[in-house]
This record gives sequence, structure tokens and C-alpha cells, in this order.
Amino acid sequence: MIGGVAWETLGELTLRHLYLAGVPLLLGLLVSLPLGWLAARSRWLQTPVVAGTSLLYTIPSLALFIMLPLILGTRILDDANVLVAMTLYTVALLTRTVADGFGSVPGHVRQAATAMGYGELRRVVSVDLPLAVPVITAGLRVAAVSNVSIVSIAALIGVSQLGMLFTDGFNRNAMGPIVVGVLACVVLAVTLDAAIAGLSKVLTPWLRSGAGA
Amino acid sequence: MIRFEDVTKRYADGTVAVDDLSLEVPRGGITVLVGPSGCGKTTSLRMINRMVEPTSGRILLEGEDISQRPAAQLRRHIGYVIQHAGLFPHRTVLANVMTVPRLLGWDRGKARAAAIEAIEKVGLTQDQAKRYPAQLSGGQQQRVGVARALAGDPTVVLMDEPFSAVDPIVRGDLQAEVRRLQQDLGITIVMVTHDIDEALTLGDKIAVMGYGGHLAQFASPAELLAEPADDFVADFVGKDRGYRALSFAAPDVAVRPERTVRVGENVAAGSGWVLVADDEGMPQGWVDVAGWGGPVPAEKVRRFGTVAEAGASARTLLDAALSSPSGRGVVVEDGHLVGTVTADQVLAAMRREGHVATPPGSPEEAP
Repeated sequence: MIGGVAWETLGELTLRHLYLAGVPLLLGLLVSLPLGWLAARSRWLQTPVVAGTSLLYTIPSLALFIMLPLILGTRILDDANVLVAMTLYTVALLTRTVADGFGSVPGHVRQAATAMGYGELRRVVSVDLPLAVPVITAGLRVAAVSNVSIVSIAALIGVSQLGMLFTDGFNRNAMGPIVVGVLACVVLAVTLDAAIAGLSKVLTPWLRSGAGA
Repeated sequence: MIRFEDVTKRYADGTVAVDDLSLEVPRGGITVLVGPSGCGKTTSLRMINRMVEPTSGRILLEGEDISQRPAAQLRRHIGYVIQHAGLFPHRTVLANVMTVPRLLGWDRGKARAAAIEAIEKVGLTQDQAKRYPAQLSGGQQQRVGVARALAGDPTVVLMDEPFSAVDPIVRGDLQAEVRRLQQDLGITIVMVTHDIDEALTLGDKIAVMGYGGHLAQFASPAELLAEPADDFVADFVGKDRGYRALSFAAPDVAVRPERTVRVGENVAAGSGWVLVADDEGMPQGWVDVAGWGGPVPAEKVRRFGTVAEAGASARTLLDAALSSPSGRGVVVEDGHLVGTVTADQVLAAMRREGHVATPPGSPEEAP
């Protein structure tokens, strides 16, 4: 027991929290990559795509959790509602960063790749994307922390994760579960952040090579 | 082998980048497109590998209309070197150079072997091949750029201002390297530069392009200097084109034997300028023996100016003579002293061979 919460319950809720915040991070990245690429590629699409996706972030999360079952035809307690909502928030945060990431690829490098005989898709995957990794992972870290924070609101519609500790503490007028829940959220956010930062380093060995040798 | 037929590039806003260009780039050798900024030289170059599509006209490569070939596939067979090398910063030098062989579908082993060969050709080491581009100097990066262009065994290599971002000494080395590679591999190089000196140094043929994207003259460097087609070309080639033309004449000058002394050796007073050599007979410098005699002290030896190889151009020979404190230019061959020449001798040889007109009343004209 810690702060009136059983270790087993805490572990279970943390895993649920990680699942509900983490899976949308990956799904959101998969959606943002083509959207961001489109925005970076065409001057005409840039504003509508970036502004449009950013607007998603202004939808209150509680409203989204309640509306999604009506739109998707899912049951109110279905995890899918939370996963979809969190994916939308991830897309809202990541599309601009992905566009910036593709935009950060030096023009002469892209031109050289085209002149070598790369087709567009192959170039994007093997030249543009690796070079955009540092910018994209920076955005991914922000989205990860944001997801960990927002997903706790899903407790209000009864989807279990660390947010349940807040509603529980509130209902029972007990500070213990609330403090434990906040701490667990912070630890989870910091861990995810560090994991993405580490992954970014692994994916960009050339940045650690020490230029000018 | 590369033929521009009435090629025009007009942009949507009406700007004409290239105006009715017809040109035949000969197979082998270096053809340079030169001109001021905005003359359409880079646009012309990029039309060869379809980075830019012409508005009208066509370009033939070995008699085949390039617009009939898929652009990406065409580009894999044409090497391309750009100004800042344009290397992939996330790939090692070796992986960069393997790019085109891999795109051509060669297996890993063959691509790797071709890349290593190309890296060695441009004078880089195996150790450098493992590094990332940011770990190399600008000149080395540009060498990697050249290696990457060569690795897929292209017959044509396009170079867009390849050496303008490196310092003059490195540029000289790279130019010599490109010339050597062109000769060794027998490839056709088409190069764009805004630097007329580079064009004259490297070009077998030079296309001078003027404002509005029209071709002002297409000729050999010597022709360009001797007979510029119009005022624009004359201006562009430069005021000192008479002097530059000396680079393209190699007059047969009789080199005079030159006595040498060693440091510490006795010289007679009043010998004038004496050439000092080391034990191997390599010239070290000049010493002015006036008003003194005896052993030559090392500190009195003045370095000579430039040195000309036997058979060098009139420009090099004259430069050696003019930069020498004794007025006698040192001529060497394979590291050995051949003798010296004076500026008068060089000019006399030029007149004799008809490179320079003999003005009336000059000593040579007198019977």
C-alpha cells in the first residue's frame, strides 16, 4: 500500500495509462508524417493543414470523449474513444513539427538526392525522414507529456487509468490517492520523454560524431 | 554526344532563362558553361538530367531524346556534383558514395567495391570513408561529392559550380584532380562556373552565355581569347585576355644552361646573380655576388620566384623569368635543373612562332 493505494492497483493503472497515452502517440505519428510532409511540400496546403490540425487541440478533451461514441458508434466505455481522441491531440501537436522537420532538410541535400536518381517516395523515406528525426522527436516528446496529462480526464467517463486515483480521492475526500496519482503521472511522463530522447540519439548517430575532426 | 536543339526555358512569369540554345557538347573532355549570374547556365546544365524541363526544343544524349527516358532512371546514369557537395549528412562517406550503385540495383558487395574504388580515385583514404561528411573539411567533402558522382560508372558528369565554396589553394588541387580523372576515365564533363579563369583553365570547349539566356560564343579557350565574338564576350573574358592567352602558347624556347654553386662554395667577386643548388643539384635560390667574394653564406641566398617545367606555357615561362631576382627564370624537368630563360627569349620565341605580332621598327624586324 502507498497513500492508500494498493501497489498492484497502482501498477495496473499505470500500465493502462501508458497504453492509453502511448499507443495514440504512435498512431498520431503515423498520421502526422504524411500530413506534415504534404504541408512542407506545398505552399498552398501548408496553412490549411497546419492550422486545421492545430485547431483540433482546442477541442476540450471531456467533450471529445463524450462525443466520439456518437460519431464512431462505439460504446461509451470503449477504450477506442480515448485512443482516437488522444490520437487526434497527437496529430494536432505533431503535424506542425513534422512539417518543420521536413522543412529543415537542406535544399541542396534534397536536390542532390533527386539528381542521384531517387524517386520522390524513396527519397522522402531514406533521405528526408532520417534528417527530420531530431525535429520530429522533439515534437514527439511534447506530445508524450501532453498525452500523459490529458488522458487522465478519461476517468470522468469511467475509463480506468491513473486519473481514477483523482476521482477516487475526490469522492472519498482523501489526499493520498491524488498525490500518488500525480507522482505516478510525473514519473510516467518523464520516463516516456527520456525514452524518446534516447531513441532520437540512437537514430541520429551522425549528430554525435563531433564535426570538424 | 549531348546536343541541345533550339532549347528554350521560359518560366510562368515570362522570364526567359534559356533562349533558343543550340549546342553540341563533344564526347570526352570538359565543356564549361560560363557567364554572369542569371545567364541560364545552371538551368541549361540541369536540363541535361531533367532536373529542369525545357519549354521547347529537345536535348539528345547519344542521339536519344532524353525526354523519352524516365527522369530518375536517366539521372542514375549521369553523375552530378553540386556547389556545397550536397552530401547526405546522415550517411558515412562510404554510404554516400554507394548511393548511385545501390539505386542502379547493384548488390551490396558490388556497390561497396565500386564506392571504395571511387573513393580511392579521388584521393581519400579508407579511414575517411568511415566518417560522416561533417567530420571532413570542405575540400574533402567536395572530393566525396566527385566520388559519389563517379561511383555508378557514368559516361557524363555534370558539375554545378563545384569548387566555388572552397579556398583558392584547395580549388587548384581539385581542378587538377578533375582534369586528371576526366583523362583517366575518358568521361564527358559539363561544368558550370561564373569564374572565367576556371573556365579557361579547365575547359576544352567553353560556352559563354549572356544575359537573357542566349549563347554568346562556343569555342576553345584559345579561340575565345584571340577572337571574342562580340563586345560582351570580350568584356567577360577580361581586360587581361592578351596576358591570359599566354597560357595557351607553348613556344619552343632554347633554355640556357646555368652554372650552379653550393652554399659554402667560393665565388669570385662581381659574378652577379648566381644560382645556388643543393647537393642533388636542385635549385635553392639566387645569390647576388656584387662587391664581395668568397664562400656563399646561406643567409644571402634569396628564394627564386616561380619555377617552370620544361615545355611549359609561355605564361609559366614568363612568370618564372619575371619573378626571378636575376631576371632568369628557372626551368626544371623531373626535379632536375635544365637551365634558365629570360623574358626576352620567351617573347622572341613567341614572335618567331607567330603567337605575337612583330610591330614595325622592332629589333626583330630590322634586317
